[in-house]
Amino acid sequence: MTESPNGRAAQHTVTIRPEPSGGPPRPSEPLLSELSVAGRCGQRLPMPDVPVTPLPSGSLLRPALPLPELSEPEVVRHFTRLSQLNYAVDTGFYPLGSCTMKHNPKIDDEMAGLPGFAGLHPYQPAEMVQGALRLMWELERALAEITGFSAVTLQPAAGAHGELAGMLMIRAHHLARGETARRRVLVPDSAHGTNPATAAMCGYEAVTVPSDARGNVDLAALERLLGPDVAALMITVPSTLGLFDERMLDMTAAVHAAGALVYGDGANLNALLGIARPADLGLDVLHINLHKTFAQPHGGGGPGAGPVAVRADLEPYLPVPVVRRVGEGVYDLAYDRPQSIGQVRAFGGHFGVLVRAYTYIRLLGADGLRRVSEAAVLHANYLRAALREWYDVAYDRPCMHEVLLSGRRQKAAGARTLDVAKRLIDYGFHPPTIYFPLVVDEALMIEPTETEAKPTLDAFVAAMAAIAREAASTPDVLHAAPHDTPVGRLDEATAARHPVLRWPQTPAPRAESGEPPSATRASR
Amino acid sequence: MTPDDRRYSSEHEWAKLDGGEVTVGITDFAQEQLGDVVYVELPSVGDQLKQGRVMGVVESVKAASDLYSPVSGEVIAINDAVVSEPQKLNDAPYADGWLIRVRPDNPGELDNLMTAAQYDLHVSDRGPEE
Amino acid sequence: MPFVPTTDAERAAMLERIGARSTDELFEVIPSPVRFPRLALPPGEPELTVARRVQALAAANRPAAQMACFLGAGTYHHYVPAAVRALVSRGEFLTSYTPYQPEISQGTLQTTFEFQSLVCDLLGMDVANAGMYDGSTALAEAVLMAERITHRTRVVLAGGVHPEYRNVVATYVAERGTELVASEVTVADAMLCEADPAALLDEQTACCVVQQPSFFGRIGDWAALRAACNRVGALLIIVCNPLALGLLKPPGEWGADIAVAEAQPLGIAMEYGGPWVGMMATREKYLRQLPGRIVGEAHDAAGRRGYVLTLQAREQHIRREKATSNICTSEALLALHTTIYLSLLGPAGLRQAAESCYQYAHYAAAEIARLPGFQVLTPEPFFHEFVVRGPRPPDAMNRRLLAADILGGLPLGRFFPALADCTLYCCTEMNTRAEIDELIRVLSEP
Repeated sequence: MTESPNGRAAQHTVTIRPEPSGGPPRPSEPLLSELSVAGRCGQRLPMPDVPVTPLPSGSLLRPALPLPELSEPEVVRHFTRLSQLNYAVDTGFYPLGSCTMKHNPKIDDEMAGLPGFAGLHPYQPAEMVQGALRLMWELERALAEITGFSAVTLQPAAGAHGELAGMLMIRAHHLARGETARRRVLVPDSAHGTNPATAAMCGYEAVTVPSDARGNVDLAALERLLGPDVAALMITVPSTLGLFDERMLDMTAAVHAAGALVYGDGANLNALLGIARPADLGLDVLHINLHKTFAQPHGGGGPGAGPVAVRADLEPYLPVPVVRRVGEGVYDLAYDRPQSIGQVRAFGGHFGVLVRAYTYIRLLGADGLRRVSEAAVLHANYLRAALREWYDVAYDRPCMHEVLLSGRRQKAAGARTLDVAKRLIDYGFHPPTIYFPLVVDEALMIEPTETEAKPTLDAFVAAMAAIAREAASTPDVLHAAPHDTPVGRLDEATAARHPVLRWPQTPAPRAESGEPPSATRASR
Repeated sequence: MTPDDRRYSSEHEWAKLDGGEVTVGITDFAQEQLGDVVYVELPSVGDQLKQGRVMGVVESVKAASDLYSPVSGEVIAINDAVVSEPQKLNDAPYADGWLIRVRPDNPGELDNLMTAAQYDLHVSDRGPEE
Repeated sequence: MPFVPTTDAERAAMLERIGARSTDELFEVIPSPVRFPRLALPPGEPELTVARRVQALAAANRPAAQMACFLGAGTYHHYVPAAVRALVSRGEFLTSYTPYQPEISQGTLQTTFEFQSLVCDLLGMDVANAGMYDGSTALAEAVLMAERITHRTRVVLAGGVHPEYRNVVATYVAERGTELVASEVTVADAMLCEADPAALLDEQTACCVVQQPSFFGRIGDWAALRAACNRVGALLIIVCNPLALGLLKPPGEWGADIAVAEAQPLGIAMEYGGPWVGMMATREKYLRQLPGRIVGEAHDAAGRRGYVLTLQAREQHIRREKATSNICTSEALLALHTTIYLSLLGPAGLRQAAESCYQYAHYAAAEIARLPGFQVLTPEPFFHEFVVRGPRPPDAMNRRLLAADILGGLPLGRFFPALADCTLYCCTEMNTRAEIDELIRVLSEP
């Protein structure tokens, strides 16, 4: 039990989940194909009330449509039961590093679902969508103000998509100045994999810059690598090590002195709201992850959005169309932008995500945004202080919004970071990020976010401490974890060697018999 | 025990000269670092390889590594068994897990590679990597 | 503060444990000239106030979904069953993350496996990924994939491919020196003619891209094109409307090597452009070149069946600069919308939805064609869209329609200068006979 400051015992206790009862395994939820029965239907549509036009020639039509057949009650139960197999932010603590699994305010979803937004077609004339255009305009201004940049595009669909747009704009900038020799992009060894992947997609050679023992980019190594053949340095601020670079301004100045630009991966912006503006730190382009910092729900792996903010002289390269204010309270979309990198997505950006981010920013305001980052950094440092008794902390200085640990001590005792992670599941927590970043052995990266209450953080610390003790005394308990989940550890090697990536295919119907296609599934 | 009847590259491939042909594979250290191998992509018979250049890919659940040819020459055989059963690379990297056989342009090239003792030193200097 | 639970007392306790005197001290590493900027933003407001504010912005729009809508062109007004919204709003789906810990993510993993299976069944292909951002980026990635497979850099696009999709492909291939060629679209004798892209194929062509139905609504027969691609060793990529596949022969049966689609018509609101989800599927032999996440079946030590992210070695977090793509977060929740939609409609419902679109569009086209001064330029067979040329400029016609609370089709001048006097009309199961009759009445007004 933890004591709260006013003397009463806090409500939270660590529940140590029991060992498995030894009863029959829970049956798994069947697939739609396994639930299907011919003749069932879950939705009817009205019959068209117009004279019938004959269908096109049979050679253009499909002979069979092998989809599962279910009724609505079965569909609802199937997906409801499947949802119950998921752990989520709405369920509990989800401290994945650099993912910012913060609470998603429910009002955001309600606003995105308003018919005045959901029912808009992207090709409706500007006069019909002034509310939507104004929302986009105000969101752009807010993101520009928060990050210190001049111009913003809301078009990219995700962070990596924003990286693509941002790096294409950097490429356009160099080409416009005739600098065709700049074919290399520098990427720290701690970088997220999307950074070098994006560089390669833009035709650049990704070159790794090492980090030093304090978790900074090695400035001397950087300066040796900079030259007339370098287009950009891609950095995450704070870094994926959870640290703010101690030579940040020197680093960005060195890049500029070499005629290159600094690309900012904004995945960790949750540490900087009202604390520092990336533009003030010397960044030239920054993508923002609305599904991290600005509370768009993660959805099991998207949708997100990756707006990109740029300094003033890069504005001409923004993707089209660009939102413009053309009069007092009047907005439109501009397409005639000859220097634009073009479109990175048809029909514009993820408007539904933009509505949520806008609502979130209005809820928080300038004061609230700063409190978000203060609390995010406070919570991470609190965990750092509490956990260092049990785990190696990778870097010996205060962290920002996430703390990087190493499972070295536990590995020496016979339990790896993977086993610690799986055992945390038994304690009712989602594991942190593991084995990333690559530069730390047995990495465990923990980002608590600002929306967690102290009792939760304390319960997490207690669980991590218990696991550390187990690792030292009975590591087999960790090796066998998790113990009470719908499935145990899955054999990923066999899954990759002999991939089964879809349910079995329905056999093609026998054309001569005239029978309707069977809805039952034959095994392969 | 690192077999001393063959030579080793810094990229953890081995090359064994046998009757004018060179058999190529990956080392035990490499397969251990990779974890369970799930897929191997090899060059085709007839391909011309150059020492030190990429010749294929080996994939595990958590990693993917380029394969670098330790010798220059023409590929005369590939080990189909390893393509259909990639775990052979884990089980027997120096025997059944061989990858390709090459007719070397210049057998003297093997002198550029490390001996078993030198390779063991190379691996221990490195330390463990993830 | 509603979203930051930590009280002053709790903050003090945490600072004490950390050994810091204030939260400001935690930011000492930030250079002081740039530390703690004053953000010129309005102060935060209560939920009630913000809701009013945002509702006012929504009310300042006139949504297509609340009018008689005849606007399509790649975004479509279709019915979203109530059960879709009810299920996708469950917190366990909405607020979970990418399923990196499969033991506690079987909901997301199994529904993704089901999505992949449905995409294969609907598009007639061997293997599908977990989804791409949308149809246009799925197409761009398909083109890159074809270039990787063939080691060629020339791409032929049919003139009937959506112009914005073509723009996105152009952006993605910009630095590669890819040659993009498109076949022509012309009008002759009141008939829209989409030239056969086969004529443009050569031995340097990586792929030929066609759209089914085309941007102009036409249903194509691709048998001859498949043979032409085979002769030069080019891949055939088909971009399709997945709802039309309730009726039409799917890409797999035309022999497509890669099939992509925008899933928005299947249970996803228009939402002023997104978020939506792209479908991407291919043949077994190209599996390892397929970008994006893929979920596969697996078993645990007790023999229980489960699902895992698999073949991850192709992806950015492992392969980094050699990855098949940089894609990380994609559109899992939207893929779930589509999975639920298809589960509810089933083969009978989807066929009925497709047939309704076809019937309403053909009724509307026939009635428009009878009006003096009007012509329907899309030749049969077409699915649910068709090109109209009338006696008045498209913008003028649309203004009249708007006054009658009707949203007219897309004036084509914005994409095709030669078709500046033409409008692209669309009908779906959301239109009624009464709406179409009213459309005809207003169009026929002198």
